[in-house]
Amino acid sequence: MRTKRLRTVLTALLVGALAAGCSSTPDEAAPQETGPVDLTFWTWAPNMDKIAAVWNAEHPDIHVTVSKQAGGDEAAAKFLTAAKAGNAPDLVQAEYQMLPSFVAAEAVADIKAEVSAAKAQFSDGIWGLVTLGTDGVYGLPQDSGPMMLYYRTDLFTKYGIAVPKTWDEYAAAARAVHAKDKTVYLGGFSSKDPGWFAGLAQQAGGQWWSIQGESWKVGIDEGPTRKVADFWGGLAAEGVVDTQAPWTPEWNAALNNGKVLSWASAVWAPGVLSSNAPDGKGKWAIAPLPQWSAGESYSGFWGGSSIAVAAGSKHRAAAAQFATWLNTDTKALDLLIKEAAVYPAAKGGQALLTTAPDYFANQPDFWAQATAISSSARGFTFGPNVNVAYSAYKDAFDKAVQQKSSFGAALTAVQEATVADMKKSGFTLVS
Amino acid sequence: MSITASAEGAGRVRRPLGLMPTAVLLLGALYCLLPVAWVLMAASKTRGELFSTNAFAPGTGLLENLSDLSAYRDGIFWQWMANTALYAGVGAVLSTAVSVLAGYALAKFRFFGQNLIFNVLIGGILVPSVVLAVPQYLLLAKAGLADTYWAVLLPSILHPYSIYLARIYAAAAIPDALLEAGRIDGASEGRLLRVVAVPLMGPGMVTIFLFQFVAIWNNFLLPFIMLADDHRFPLTVGLYTLLVTGANQPALYNLVITGALLSIIPLIALFLTMQRYWRTDLSGGSVKS
Repeated sequence: MRTKRLRTVLTALLVGALAAGCSSTPDEAAPQETGPVDLTFWTWAPNMDKIAAVWNAEHPDIHVTVSKQAGGDEAAAKFLTAAKAGNAPDLVQAEYQMLPSFVAAEAVADIKAEVSAAKAQFSDGIWGLVTLGTDGVYGLPQDSGPMMLYYRTDLFTKYGIAVPKTWDEYAAAARAVHAKDKTVYLGGFSSKDPGWFAGLAQQAGGQWWSIQGESWKVGIDEGPTRKVADFWGGLAAEGVVDTQAPWTPEWNAALNNGKVLSWASAVWAPGVLSSNAPDGKGKWAIAPLPQWSAGESYSGFWGGSSIAVAAGSKHRAAAAQFATWLNTDTKALDLLIKEAAVYPAAKGGQALLTTAPDYFANQPDFWAQATAISSSARGFTFGPNVNVAYSAYKDAFDKAVQQKSSFGAALTAVQEATVADMKKSGFTLVS
Repeated sequence: MSITASAEGAGRVRRPLGLMPTAVLLLGALYCLLPVAWVLMAASKTRGELFSTNAFAPGTGLLENLSDLSAYRDGIFWQWMANTALYAGVGAVLSTAVSVLAGYALAKFRFFGQNLIFNVLIGGILVPSVVLAVPQYLLLAKAGLADTYWAVLLPSILHPYSIYLARIYAAAAIPDALLEAGRIDGASEGRLLRVVAVPLMGPGMVTIFLFQFVAIWNNFLLPFIMLADDHRFPLTVGLYTLLVTGANQPALYNLVITGALLSIIPLIALFLTMQRYWRTDLSGGSVKS
């Protein structure tokens, strides 16, 4: 897809410019503030300006101006470039996997002193995503993306398969469906979505990055993730899972016309399905992801983001105050759900979700299921070069899919690219 | 050419030779117009129709898409359209003015460093403007101009290729003898530029203006990096925010496609109206040579 290529070029350019080094450093923040302050806020969540207007009406001293940005990797690259130039906004939406690179570039502030009271509002797993396993706190969790299995209830009945409880059952069902109709697949493997694969690795218990003393350990090519790669590699080699690139018109059409029966996706999928597969309304349902061992109940995270305060912000306390309100205040959480259509990370926000999405009107307990799945999701610590690992994933697995070669070898390539980049950037690694 | 009308045999021989180029041109036209046709058709489809019906079958949602797009965030799309028109219009006018002055000076005057300047310009043509976007951002950020209208306008003004074009055009279109005659009659250099050079360079100026207008209209990376406030975005960056909406939001495909269609209409209109200014050989007969 053209946009994908454009994005790659963009990201490469922006990141390259940063690597080339620019000497200007952000001004030191002045934490104490008196009088009205003006905050700028970069976000891609829709209708955030309306939510900020509610805050502005209630807080005459702190005025927040929302600037809606594009999301994705370029958003992160643009923020880093702006931070280097001393032009960063006060508040920025940061995907969890991007936060470590912001911290490594000293672009976001440690706001532990300002926000530590909010810790009780979040589950430990999610809080870990903004502390990065350190003593600091680098943002407030906004939304999260626990993964689950979306499936077509009508077509599961038609092809006579039960909702798979384990990945073995999933593989069997994939073979059965494809044997009945060569144009139909149970599900797909995406070589374009490293975040999806990372979520499945989290479910399997993978730890892609960890800190041991003063050094980093990269564990991408290890047992749990290997298991995931080999599983999908086997199905892809048999040709019983769909390996076409997702997010294309063809993929949308396949979801829409029932050529793909299920999608292992995250809690935000209803938005995608209702937009890209409008004909399936009322026909989809959710179930927990298949498990690696019967009786287990784990999930992983795909996506989700936090609100961070820029290191260069002159109004750190005010910015932290707004971020706390936005992500923990009941009224704000209600607005986030209704206006911005996010699945809030705060426990209080998840309790506010009662009516199932319109698209899932057939499954009234949608949110009860989602909350149960969410509590079973486990994440891992993201490292400082997630972007490198993710683009290595796309390169290696794209190639493996096209050449029908080993997914294990592709995983090794991702591990090696990640390690090499960290060494080049001067991180010490445990061998 | 004169024999074809009368000589039947010669005409037969020429025909197959003429068919091939026509066929190739038709293929080229098809290649260029198919995507436009797709955009036109896709813009008329509702969300439900977009991915489920035939790609080149018209849909039923054009008016709905237009009103949705206009309603999106209180009509910010039209603000982007106005911004783009401002960037492209003002940028192209300023760029044309600078290019014509520089090109005329380089073509018609001998001065110290002339060749050096020209060689640097040639070098400038070889550097893609994409590569310069990030350094320009860092520079303008230092000057406090990032995230202003100037941040997009200033880098668009100086365009080496346009200056090069203006130089070549001035050298060919303005006869030295004409300038000489003017000088003998006592015209000042300013008057010569106004009365002789600029009118003769008309078609060249239109070309440069159109080039720059289209280039700025379609520019993505520069405004993407320079601008933070979404009320200053041009169409390209604005539509991109609709397309890349973060993981938990559906991309607003039908709005993006409708917006893309609307954004090419002014360009098409501009080309159709400006075409008549492409008259060549304005100076034909002004001097005897």
